[in-house]
This record gives sequence, C-alpha cells and structure tokens, in this order.
Amino acid sequence: MMKNKTLGYSVIAASAVSVVLLIAVLVYMIAEIYMGGRSYLSWEFLTAYPEAGMQKGGIFPAIVGTVFMVIVMSIACVPVGTITAIYLNEYASRKSFFTRMIRFAVNTLSGVPSIVFGLFGLGFLIQFVGAGMDKALLGPGEVKWGQPNLLWASMTMAFLTVPVVIVSVEEALKSVPDELRAASLALGATKWQTIRKVVIPNSISGILTGSILAIGRGAGEVAPILFTGAAFFLPHLPNKLTDQFMNLGYHVYVMATQSTDVEATKGIQYATAFVLLMCTFTLTLIAILVRYKFRKKLKS
Amino acid sequence: MENTIKINVENLNLYYGKKQALNSISLGIQRNTVTALIGPSGCGKSTFLRSLNRMNDLIDGVRIEGNVFLEDRNIYDGDTDVVELRKRIGMIFQKSNPFPKSIYDNIAYGPRINGVKAKNELDEIVERSLVRSALWEEVKDDLHKSGLSLSGGQQQRLCIARALAVDPEVLLMDEPASALDPLSTSKIEDLIFELKNNYTIVIVTHNMQQASRVSDITAFFYMGDLIEVSGTKKMFTTPDNKKTEEYISGRFG
Repeated sequence: MMKNKTLGYSVIAASAVSVVLLIAVLVYMIAEIYMGGRSYLSWEFLTAYPEAGMQKGGIFPAIVGTVFMVIVMSIACVPVGTITAIYLNEYASRKSFFTRMIRFAVNTLSGVPSIVFGLFGLGFLIQFVGAGMDKALLGPGEVKWGQPNLLWASMTMAFLTVPVVIVSVEEALKSVPDELRAASLALGATKWQTIRKVVIPNSISGILTGSILAIGRGAGEVAPILFTGAAFFLPHLPNKLTDQFMNLGYHVYVMATQSTDVEATKGIQYATAFVLLMCTFTLTLIAILVRYKFRKKLKS
Repeated sequence: MENTIKINVENLNLYYGKKQALNSISLGIQRNTVTALIGPSGCGKSTFLRSLNRMNDLIDGVRIEGNVFLEDRNIYDGDTDVVELRKRIGMIFQKSNPFPKSIYDNIAYGPRINGVKAKNELDEIVERSLVRSALWEEVKDDLHKSGLSLSGGQQQRLCIARALAVDPEVLLMDEPASALDPLSTSKIEDLIFELKNNYTIVIVTHNMQQASRVSDITAFFYMGDLIEVSGTKKMFTTPDNKKTEEYISGRFG
C-alpha cells in the first residue's frame, strides 16, 4: 500500500518536472530568438527586400514565397489527404490487402526523413516528370518544367504533409459515432449522402485542424525544397508556377551557412527565425480556435 | 391468409466469419401486427432483426444464406436496391441516436435526401411525423432546438419520428426502451400500440412484460435457433417448448 503511494507520487513528480522542462525549453527558445532579432524586427523588415548581401533590408520576398508555396502545397495535399482518409475510414474493408498496403505506405511515408523527400522531388518531379514534359511539349534543348520551381517544391512538400493530413482526418472521421452512420443509412441514405451530410459535418473541425497543422508543418520545413525550388536570392516575387521563390526557413539556412559574412547577418537570422516561428504559431493558434469554435457550436 | 404476410424469412443462415449466429431461421411476419423477438443475450435476435433491412451488410465478415421476402421480392437478390429497401423498412436503435442537429432537421433529414425541398412540404412532414410519434405537443415550440437537448425518452421518440418521416412500411425496433425510465418506456409502448395500425412492427426486447404488453406474436430465440413462435398470449401462458417456458418464467437468461 505504502509502496503504491510512493510510486504514484513519484510518477506525478516526474510528469510535473517534464511539463515544466518542456515549457521552459519553449520559452527559452522563443525568448532567445526574440532577443537576438528584436532590433531588426520592424514593419520595414517585413516589407522590404534584402540588401547588401543580406546584411540589411528585409525578408518580404521570403515571406511571400513561403505563403505561395504553402498555398500551392495545400491545394495539393488537403484534398488528396482528405479523400484518402475518407476512403480508408468509410469505404475500405479493414482487412483487405489493398487497404493494408495503403496504410503501410502512409505510415512509411510519414517516417521518411525530409531530405529524402527533397532528393525524391529532384529526381522524380524535376528530372523525370519535368524534363519529360519539356521533351514532350517544347522544342529540343528548351527547359521550362525540368528545373526547380514553385510547383515542384510545393508538390515535394505535399508528399511530406499528405500523411499528416490523412492521419489527422482519419482521426476526425473516427470520432463520429457509428450510431449516426447507422441512423442515416437506416433512413435510406446512400453511403455518400451519409458521408456528406452526417460524417463530414460532424468531423469538420477535426478535418480543418488536422489540415492546418499539416500546413504548419510544411511551412516550417526546409529540406524538401532545398533542391526543388527555393532560391538563395531573387530580386522579384514569383508570379507563376515555374518561378523559383525565396522561403523563410531556407533564408535562415543560407544566411547561416552561405552568406559572405555570417556574423554580420546574425541579427537578421534571429529576426527571420522569429517571423517563421510566429507564422507557424499563428497557424497552430488558428487550428485551436477552429476546434474550440466548432466544439461550442456542436454543444449548443 | 397468405397475403397477410409482410416479410417472409426462409432458411436464413448467418455467419460472423466462421461462427454461425443464426441457424436456418424461417419466420413469417404478419402485416400490421407487432412481432416481439425475445431470448437471452447473444441468442441472435438483434442479428436477425438487422438482417431484415440488411444492416448486417455494414459489418465486415458477415455472410448470409437463405431468403427474406418483403412481399414478393427477395431482399437478398443481387439486384436489390438496399437504399430503397431501407426506406421501406425503417429502424429504431437501442441507443437513441439523433443527429446533432435541430429537431426539425433531424426529421427533415430523410425527406431531404429523397429530394423534398419545398419548405411547406417539409413543415408538413415534420409536423405529421411528430404527431404520429406523440412528441408534437412537447416540442412544437422548440423545433429549432438541438435534438440532443431532449430527454432520453423524447430523443427516442424523435428517432421514431425521424424514421416515420420517410414513410416506411415496416419498423424494426432494437430494444427501443432498454435505456429509458418506466414513464418514458410506457410512452414508447403506447406509441407502438398506436403505430401498428399503419405499420408492421418487429421489436427486439429483453423485457418479458414489454413483449407481453405490446406484441401480438412472440418469437423465442435461443443460441441462434428460433425455438418457438406463437400468439403472444399463448406464448406467455402455455408455451409448447420447455426451453421457452424456462426462459419466460425467468429460470435463465
């Protein structure tokens, strides 16, 4: 009896320590980044182009590039992920070989290191698909699709985020009680009517939060776009899918590793990292708000 | 006599994977009567009920042999439209399961998926269904309140109203009152008594008194076999089978 009690207390203590530790790391990280970059943070910084070998100016094109990439990526990964999740959860027989193969693929895909996605994007999307399109559509020697650009970078990132969407949308669909599906089917609704009018409306908050979290993941990743479309510096914004683009995470990386004077860009590195963090935090916050709002609506 | 049979089940065998759950059941269900299915837990009565509107199709690994005729059509024929079938044979579940929508939208769900759009038509169906399920007086001023805000008994009557809204011919009820208090239960039972004038009702129940109160015909299931079917009065006074007698008198179950 006594022993059980001691064990219980030590588990509680261990949990408390871990929680405090986690929060401390987070707070320290944000504080460190903010302190390092705060003298650079200004409206100017968000809206100006980099200048003087990135030692001055702002990060406007990197913000725009990140936003564009995220938008194109979402257009690809959210519908594909949602439809796959609906198929897996609502239609597929749980035990069939085909279903198990899809699940295996999804799980494996979510465990692949992000740099491998980058190499895959380069090898498959650019050198195979893109170059193939050039060969088929353009004259010999002309290159339009067979090089890094916004489209291929976004697609590569979509490969990385689609398993996240699938898993979280499936989780949301699973939260809809089977009794509601049965009620709808017993009224003579078809499976698709049941999904559209009962399952999706009752899991929409989970679907949205899952998608937003996946998008946040994509916004913060760098490795997949290293070789597939992110540019070191561009004097103009991307305006079509075949343009290269600048990206916040990549911007930090190049400043820290490739700029002429790494020390001189340190403040800007911090400030850029802070902006990137704030972007992903905002997405997470939106996800939380969406969930909260829908939950309240469901209850009333 | 022949044409008073609404559903005719012939040699129905049902398997969950390798395990057989129903053994060659044959049963004729009479039009505009209440047929009660009784028996101990796991005897197959709910499984049998769900095979009458093919809700067992939803469960992986269920295999069915035999014929179930709804009037003159075998519902297990390959070309049966299951969606159409379930409009004709409605179902009430053990746990009331209103959609997390308003009372109005719950009832209008069925008609809407059948393409009814006109508001006055929907209004009329909603009112008629609620009147028939004896809920109208209690909710007529709060039709736009959530169905989940109702009490358990009201929710179950809402589910009945929802089922009635698609104009079924048969109502299957799977222990519809098992989670309700005595007052709500007696309301449901009164309702069943009312409804049999217009509908054929099959009800699964664990409650002997309920079976004897609401049903005209009682069928006793035991371990996947249909042991005995007869008029409810006879069943509860002079059953033919010894097993039936033991169960009814509460010696097991």
